Amino acid sequence: MNAEWRWDFAYQILPKMLWATLNTIMAAGIGYAIAVVVGLIFLVGQRTPFKVVNIIVREIIEFIRSTPLLIQLFFLYFVGPQFGIILSAWVTAMITIGLHFGTYLSEVYRGALEGVPKTQWEACRALNFTTLYTYRRIVLPQAFPIAIPGMGNYLVGIFKDTPLLSTIGVAELFHAATSVGGENYRYLEPYTMVGVIFLALSIPAAIGIRKLERSVNKAQGKVKN
Amino acid sequence: MSYFSFLAEHGATLLLGTITTLKVLICATILYIIISIIFGLMRVSNNSTIQGVATVYIEFFRGTSLMVQLFWFYYVLPFFGLTLEAFTSGVVAIGLNFGAYGAEIVRGGILAVPKGQWEGAHALNFSPIKRMKRIIIPQIFPIILPPAANLTVELLKATALVALVTVVDLTFEAKQINAITWLSAQCFGTALLIYYIISRFFLVPFLRWLEVLAARKVGKEKV
Repeated sequence: MNAEWRWDFAYQILPKMLWATLNTIMAAGIGYAIAVVVGLIFLVGQRTPFKVVNIIVREIIEFIRSTPLLIQLFFLYFVGPQFGIILSAWVTAMITIGLHFGTYLSEVYRGALEGVPKTQWEACRALNFTTLYTYRRIVLPQAFPIAIPGMGNYLVGIFKDTPLLSTIGVAELFHAATSVGGENYRYLEPYTMVGVIFLALSIPAAIGIRKLERSVNKAQGKVKN
Repeated sequence: MSYFSFLAEHGATLLLGTITTLKVLICATILYIIISIIFGLMRVSNNSTIQGVATVYIEFFRGTSLMVQLFWFYYVLPFFGLTLEAFTSGVVAIGLNFGAYGAEIVRGGILAVPKGQWEGAHALNFSPIKRMKRIIIPQIFPIILPPAANLTVELLKATALVALVTVVDLTFEAKQINAITWLSAQCFGTALLIYYIISRFFLVPFLRWLEVLAARKVGKEKV
C-alpha cells in the first residue's frame, strides 16, 4: 500500500461524494424536523396533570437517552420484520433519529420554559391573561431565544450522527465513501474527504447558529456580550 | 424459544461483550480526561500559538463526526504505516473526540472561577502552583462536574461505535447473535437493557456522588 494522496482519484470520486452529501443533508434535515415535533410531544407528556403518565414518559426519555443510537437503529430495523412490519432503511433511520434526538430536544424546551422567570407568570395572572394568551404572547417569545443555542447544537449533532445510518444501508455520505473505498481498495481519499466535507459544513453551521442566537437576543432587547 | 432459554444460551456471550464495553469505557474516559485538562489549559493560555493549536484541535475534532474519525484511525492510518489494533484505535478515537468537548468544559470551568479568587490568592502571596492547587482547582470541580458527567454518559453510548471497527463489545456480540439466530428483539433488546442498566444504575449515581463530594469540599451543600 502506498500512502500517497492521489488527486486524480480524489477528483474522480468527488461528484459521487457530493451527491451523497445531499443525501446526508436531507437525512439530517428530515430527522431534525421529526425530532423537533417529537420533542414537543415528550415535553407535553412530562407535564400532564396525571402523575403516573409523567413518570412513565420521564423514564422512557431516560431509557432512550442512555442507550446508543446505533443499537436503537439495529433494533428498529431488525425487530420490525419479526412482527411483520417491514420498514425501509430510510424510514427506520428517520424514526430512530426523530425519537432519539426528540428526547434531547424536549430537555432543551423544558430548560427554556423554566428559564422564563416565575414573576412573568405571576404578572400575567395579575393581569388576568388566559393561560393560552400567556404562553403565546409572554412566555414562548421569551423561552424561544433561550432554546435556540440548544436546538442549534442538536441540529449539528444530528448531522454528525448521520454516518451511523450507513450501518443499516442508508446511502448517505459515509456509505458512499465506504463503497467507493471498497471498489478501489483505497480508503485514504474517501474517508479523508468525508472528514473535510463534514468540517466544511459543520463549522459554518455552528457560526450561523451563533449569529442567529445573537440576532434573536437583539430583537428581544437583550444584548448578550 | 422463551426469553429465558435465550438468556441461558447467549447470556454469557453478551456478558463477555459487556466487559469489553466497560474496558473501552474506562480507558476512553481516562484518556479524554487527560486530553481535556491539557487542551483546556492550553485554551486559556496567554501565548497565542498555544491557544491557536488548542483551538484548531478542538474545532477539528468537534467538527467531524466521531464515526469518521474512528474509521480514519482504523482504516486510513495503516496507509501511513501506523497500524493500530481495533481496541486501541477505538479508545484513541473516542478519547480524542470527547477530549475536544471536555477541553471546552474545562476552559469554561477555569473562566467561571471569580476573578477575585485569583487576585485574593495573589495578594496573599501564594505561589502560582499553590494558587492553582489550593484555591482554583477545588472550585473548578463543582462547576465542571455536571457537564462532564453528561459527557461521560454520552461516551458510554459512543462506545457502541467501536463494534463497527471489529472490537468485540456488547454491540458486536448482539449483532453476531442476531446474525446466527435472527432473534432480533431478544438480542438487541437485551443489549439496550444492559446499556440502560449500566448508565442508570451505575454510571449516573457514581457521577452524582462525585458531584456531591466536590460541592461539599468547597462548602456548598448540594441537594
